[in-house]
Amino acid sequence: MAKEKKLRIRGHRVVLNRSTGGDLGITLLLAVFGVFMFFPMYYVVIQSLKPLDELFMFPPKFYVINPTFDNFSDLFKLMGDSWVPFSRYIFNTVFITLCGTVGNLIFASMAAYALSKLHFPGRNAIFQLIVMSLMFHSTVNQVTHFIILSAFGWIDTYLSIIVPSMATTMGLYLMKQFMESSVPDTVLESARLDGASEFRTYLTIAMPMVKPAWMTLIIECFKTLWNTGASIYIHSEELKTFNYAINQIVSGGIARSGAGAAALVVMMLVPIIVFVLNQSQIVETMGSSGMKD
Amino acid sequence: MSQQTKAETKRPVQRSEMTKLQWTWKEIKRNKTAYFMIAPFMLLFIVFTVLPVLLSILLSFTDFNMLQMPGWQGLSNYTRLFLEDEIFLLACKNTLVFACITGPVSYLLSLLLAWFINELPPKLRAVVTLVFYAPSISGQVYLIWKTLFSSDSYGWVNATLINLGITSEAILYFEDANWVMGLCIVVALWTSLGTAFLSFIAGFQTIDRSMYEAASVDGIKNRWQELWYITLPTMRPQLMFGAVLAITQSFGFGAVVTNLCGFPSVDYAAHTIMHHLDDYGGQRYEIGYASAIAVILFVIMFACNILIKKALAKVGE
Repeated sequence: MAKEKKLRIRGHRVVLNRSTGGDLGITLLLAVFGVFMFFPMYYVVIQSLKPLDELFMFPPKFYVINPTFDNFSDLFKLMGDSWVPFSRYIFNTVFITLCGTVGNLIFASMAAYALSKLHFPGRNAIFQLIVMSLMFHSTVNQVTHFIILSAFGWIDTYLSIIVPSMATTMGLYLMKQFMESSVPDTVLESARLDGASEFRTYLTIAMPMVKPAWMTLIIECFKTLWNTGASIYIHSEELKTFNYAINQIVSGGIARSGAGAAALVVMMLVPIIVFVLNQSQIVETMGSSGMKD
Repeated sequence: MSQQTKAETKRPVQRSEMTKLQWTWKEIKRNKTAYFMIAPFMLLFIVFTVLPVLLSILLSFTDFNMLQMPGWQGLSNYTRLFLEDEIFLLACKNTLVFACITGPVSYLLSLLLAWFINELPPKLRAVVTLVFYAPSISGQVYLIWKTLFSSDSYGWVNATLINLGITSEAILYFEDANWVMGLCIVVALWTSLGTAFLSFIAGFQTIDRSMYEAASVDGIKNRWQELWYITLPTMRPQLMFGAVLAITQSFGFGAVVTNLCGFPSVDYAAHTIMHHLDDYGGQRYEIGYASAIAVILFVIMFACNILIKKALAKVGE
């Protein structure tokens, strides 16, 4: 009888093993961390909407009285005056991001298919190597990476950023794990029996089945490339990225603080929108991201 | 596949009749397509990831400086690092402090928050996930912390503290050796709820609910027992993946620190091995010496990964 009393209903579901005190504590903790995570993001947006007099107000307010888009138009004016036309920075970032992401999607998904569905000698060794590469941060490599790029003569070209990014292992890893768990071998087998080549099976059967993983790979690659900043591989002003230009504006000091905040808002909106549009698919892919030892 | 079966009926050689080498060679020929499919990726991966690592190890024993032919130096780069370079030792200390705090805290935070979020209704769950995940994909947005903690009239934190009467004058957070490290850790944590966090969220969602019902009958009393005995053991693969990412990430915050407190930071208070590497590799062009620094970082990262693997095997016992 005592057990009967403990049963709690939430929605249409019986909730087991949950105390009200625990629920309250968790909600409180979530709220505290939520504020910690959200406040700086919120503050950027507020700063970007403040008119000049409110920006100089002391003490600074965490809300805005007369919101205005002046900072955004200032930002674009500022961009117009810059040494290299600002559209060039945006073009560079979009170009690098697009090429790198598409290349990574093609190469990594082909490799993921082979690693997850074809049993060839050396498969495990290759996968182990890829898992090992996840264990260190790529900036450790940057010195020797630079030497290799300069041996190719790629320093100060788009290639120095685009080509290496096509072999990002995170996307490959996630896609391989997802293919393993969500593409049944029997489907592939019957396609092969119908006479489809291995490449055709990959393209027409496996790939459409792992669309959620495409999105995940795209955002993984996208967030790195979109945020590529003052790269040590690029010296020419006209090849530098949007992120680099934003950095210049943000570090430009007091007078540009409003425009700086506006720049940060522009910069963060794009990846956030890409994520929001694909959130459920990304979480679906992550369900199979686990590492078996 | 169909061609394969034909070939086998013509020449019925069993695996037991072949040497291991012959068998492997036959398998390699049979899987030609697989190698073609993996080739483009592997080629780039080897050139831009494997080769740099090998080259680092090789160059760490030389005095290469980009101009002259490298000369063999044996272990002298390493002895110089540990015996003569005081700033390196300071950087080691800072890196360990930084990584030992950001790594575990970010990991546990991701796990706990994902667990809490899992209890929310689906719509709210999506919104809260976004709030926590957004800083990690928004690139340079962490620069706003510089404005929040700035020492001039823009500094929201200083202004608030002075208004409340807690401090009497502005603190120079990013210029004070006592503050930079702590502040950088907070900002790093703020940006750290990334891929691992999403992986945990997904992991919690994929657990079969009937397991909890069974566990409840078996005498699991509260949510903590449920977490330790049921949820975490089922999520061990995700926990492993998250741990690898947390380690990688905790050693890779160099750029965040540089952008927040400049380079070098005040009194080298936030100088990490990554900065030291940057200093010698990117500015002084002592490539051999920088490579030795990189090799030490590799060793530390791999050691951490091995330790974590051992620790995670104990979850749920």
